[in-house]
Amino acid sequence: MFGWLLRKLAITTNYIANYGYTDGSGDWYIVVDSDKCDGCGKCVEACPRNVLEVITDDYDDLVVAIRKEHHKNVKYVCAPCKPTSGPRDVKCQQACPTSAITHSW
Amino acid sequence: MITAGIDVGAKTIKVVIVKDNKVVARAINPTGFEPLVTAEKTMDEAAKQAGISRKDINKVYATGAGRKSIPFADHNVTEVTADAKGTNYLLPSVRTIVDIGAEEARGIATDAAGKVVDFAKNDKCAAGAGAFVESMSRALEVTVPQMIEISHKSTKEAPINATCAVFAESEVVSLIHTKIDKADIANAVHDAIASRVCSMVRRIPIEKDVVLIGGVANNSAIVAVMKKHLGVEVGVPENPEFVGALGAALLAAA
Amino acid sequence: MTTEFYRWTENTWRSPDIDWHKAETLVAGIDVGSVSSQAVILADDKIYAFCNTRTGSNSPDSAKKALSIALNGTDIKPENIQYFVGTGYGRVNIPMAKKAITEIACHARGANYMGGPAIKTILDMGGQDLKGIHCDEKGKVTQFLMNDKCAAGTGRGMEVMAELLQVPIVDVGKMSLEVKEEPEPVSSTCVIFAKSEAIGLLRGGWTKNMVLAAYCAAMAHRVVGLLQRIGIEKEFVITGGIAKNIGVVSRIEKELNIKAMPLQPDPQIAGGLGAALFARDLFLKSKKAA
Repeated sequence: MFGWLLRKLAITTNYIANYGYTDGSGDWYIVVDSDKCDGCGKCVEACPRNVLEVITDDYDDLVVAIRKEHHKNVKYVCAPCKPTSGPRDVKCQQACPTSAITHSW
Repeated sequence: MITAGIDVGAKTIKVVIVKDNKVVARAINPTGFEPLVTAEKTMDEAAKQAGISRKDINKVYATGAGRKSIPFADHNVTEVTADAKGTNYLLPSVRTIVDIGAEEARGIATDAAGKVVDFAKNDKCAAGAGAFVESMSRALEVTVPQMIEISHKSTKEAPINATCAVFAESEVVSLIHTKIDKADIANAVHDAIASRVCSMVRRIPIEKDVVLIGGVANNSAIVAVMKKHLGVEVGVPENPEFVGALGAALLAAA
Repeated sequence: MTTEFYRWTENTWRSPDIDWHKAETLVAGIDVGSVSSQAVILADDKIYAFCNTRTGSNSPDSAKKALSIALNGTDIKPENIQYFVGTGYGRVNIPMAKKAITEIACHARGANYMGGPAIKTILDMGGQDLKGIHCDEKGKVTQFLMNDKCAAGTGRGMEVMAELLQVPIVDVGKMSLEVKEEPEPVSSTCVIFAKSEAIGLLRGGWTKNMVLAAYCAAMAHRVVGLLQRIGIEKEFVITGGIAKNIGVVSRIEKELNIKAMPLQPDPQIAGGLGAALFARDLFLKSKKAA
């Protein structure tokens, strides 16, 4: 309800979100720095697999997050840009103007 | 020349004896808690089947999770190498092998000569392996063969969101309480495993012909769902669980 | 009658001295998790009552059940409660909640309330997930990591072990510490494989206590690995059901060389408590706007 007011006053909460999982094969997380992310959505458009979306978080800020259906699939769904071997072409990181989004692997 | 290949898996130990490039015996036993005892027993059974004594075997190669703990093996080879060799012997047109065992799954890409060019695996996690099927069959209170049978009769999709077999078990129990048909749940379980395995396989180049090997290849419901997910024909050789041991035996003769 | 070894203690508490009629605000937070559900009632900024119960087969019923148990014996009716916030994996399905807030934000707030502004690192070991959370002195999240893909390190994983060894889950911690020397941790990451490994150990002559010790050690190790991804800063607290398992907690403390600050009244209510605190904020804001 007071989201618009909070945004106007630029009261932001800055946190680092790690979306993904750890299992026997390792740690697979997409890391979003909400301090640097302003919800512009360029990474959402750039992603060839529709992994990302812009949400309003608990503190009423616009920020990018992984879609729920991909939380447990990060290792595989990001494979086209980040294959285990071969050249990497990570489109979301390239699209982001503030380097808000990174991968743990 | 007579050679033997022994595949020491998490759940079963397989032995194949090859004489002059032909399979003359196959034996399998549950690994149990004393793998060495089982290994000896299975070797004896295979030798008896082939009408020879253990002394007649020139070389033994071991593969599988326990390959380094077989004292009578002359050498050990990785599962990937053994699978590729065994598959190429049986079906030389194959370029992509998917091996689903009790506790591990792997995808192997080979060239025309049967040499490994790439591989991926799914180990340490039951979600893409036979252990998941068995765990779910217990939750459904059916045997694995029954589960395969009813899975084919499924008419609706049932939701299983969990990727972990332990969580999926709780989900299955709740689904049973909501009166969803067991056939649909069984199918959803097979679908979940196939989906996990295919995610792993897509990390290597997928080229025809594609085959499924390992114990889980005997599960026709999994084969059907794998075809659906990969979008290609998936073949299954005879005695799919013995391909690793066969490959080891052939490598011993090389 | 067969004993259900996975059954942990469900509990309820009500304040003996608060008179809710005198409170300016009366709000509630409901946390419906995959294994347990909690309802926390706040009268002004004090905990009036809470309930910790097992989640049933659907979220709306579990929410109603938790609330009704918490209100049992009081003269509060659901209509008296001025604002509800829902959290937990079932938060979108809590019928009486006006707002749903993620369990990450709620856990941070709840831990901050119970443990104070010095808390910086929260480890939540839930029924089916693990969370690592960093927060500031106001209980606002500064970093988080959640792992809900894998049972290793979660309550369900512990329930599987308790069932296998036929040990009541509330005794696991104590029994795991009653060993002559600390055994090697279980080597399998996967709970299903750990189960087979445990059977093998028992056959090899290990006692139940030793197997429990090995499993608690493996769980502690797994959890520490997750935490190290985001770093650990004092003060450090553990929330969730496994916070009550001294076998796991003591081994985590040993590996980190940091003591976890105990939380009162109950580490399992952090999510519901945080939700209730958000409920109070939102209710007061709406009153001001009116």
